[in-house]
Amino acid sequence: MVDTLVFIVAAVVCLVGALGVVLARNPVHSALMLVMTLFGVAVQFVAQEAHFLAAVQVIVYAGAIVVLFLFVIMLLGVDRAQSLEMSFLPVQRWAALLFASGSLAVVVALILAVGEPVTGLEAMGGALGSTDDVRLLARSLFSDYVYAFELTSLLLVIAVIGAVVLVRKPRETDAVVAEDRGDA
Amino acid sequence: MEVTTGWYLVLGALLFVIGGTGLLIRRNPLVMLMCVELMLNGVNLSFVAFSRTLGDVGGQTVVFFVLVVAAAEVVVGLGLVVAILRRQPGTTADDLSALKG
Repeated sequence: MVDTLVFIVAAVVCLVGALGVVLARNPVHSALMLVMTLFGVAVQFVAQEAHFLAAVQVIVYAGAIVVLFLFVIMLLGVDRAQSLEMSFLPVQRWAALLFASGSLAVVVALILAVGEPVTGLEAMGGALGSTDDVRLLARSLFSDYVYAFELTSLLLVIAVIGAVVLVRKPRETDAVVAEDRGDA
Repeated sequence: MEVTTGWYLVLGALLFVIGGTGLLIRRNPLVMLMCVELMLNGVNLSFVAFSRTLGDVGGQTVVFFVLVVAAAEVVVGLGLVVAILRRQPGTTADDLSALKG
């Protein structure tokens, strides 16, 4: 009973937040609604005993990513209301409607048709059981998925370097290019 | 009523579809990035639901990697948005048609 109540409340929070992200005219409101959705998803993670992921969800998403969004909104000064109706491409509204109804119908039909999708195969990454999920997750991450883990470190380095290169002032870039040409 | 895996999957699908629709109808690049985050969260919810159902921690591991990729994507995406909006303030996704050919 409590499970059902928690699920319904968190699901309503998630969906209201998601609709708020899409429908809010002000980007700041969109970002705050995104926080609401992320907290709702974190509650759903806790309800499914993924405690570590719930904590990471709050810390990384709500604490880092949304703050990054808000920083950029304030930095660029785009925090003014915008009309939702501006500059649609002609077919875009119908494409969006088709995507929404079509994909939702397909996914829900699949879920209802398949029911409980248990293959009966052995769990590859370690079975979730009575032990804490952090230990299992760490064992899975540092043994089976260790190459992927190392690749993510490479990905983060590339992302940091890319961000620094992207947001450099154009004048500095021109100076560097001129300097390179001068040397050559 | 008992909460089954299907409930979580339907919620994840709803989040994914709302995010995808927002990606199609919104023209502000920042809001479009937020809609991508919504889609990723819907998929994450499905992964955790399957992880619970199948008793396999692999689903949670994948969610961990999705979080890392989402963080990297946001960093690069916001870098691009800052670089574009600094050059042309008030631009929308429809204005970025320089590569149309």
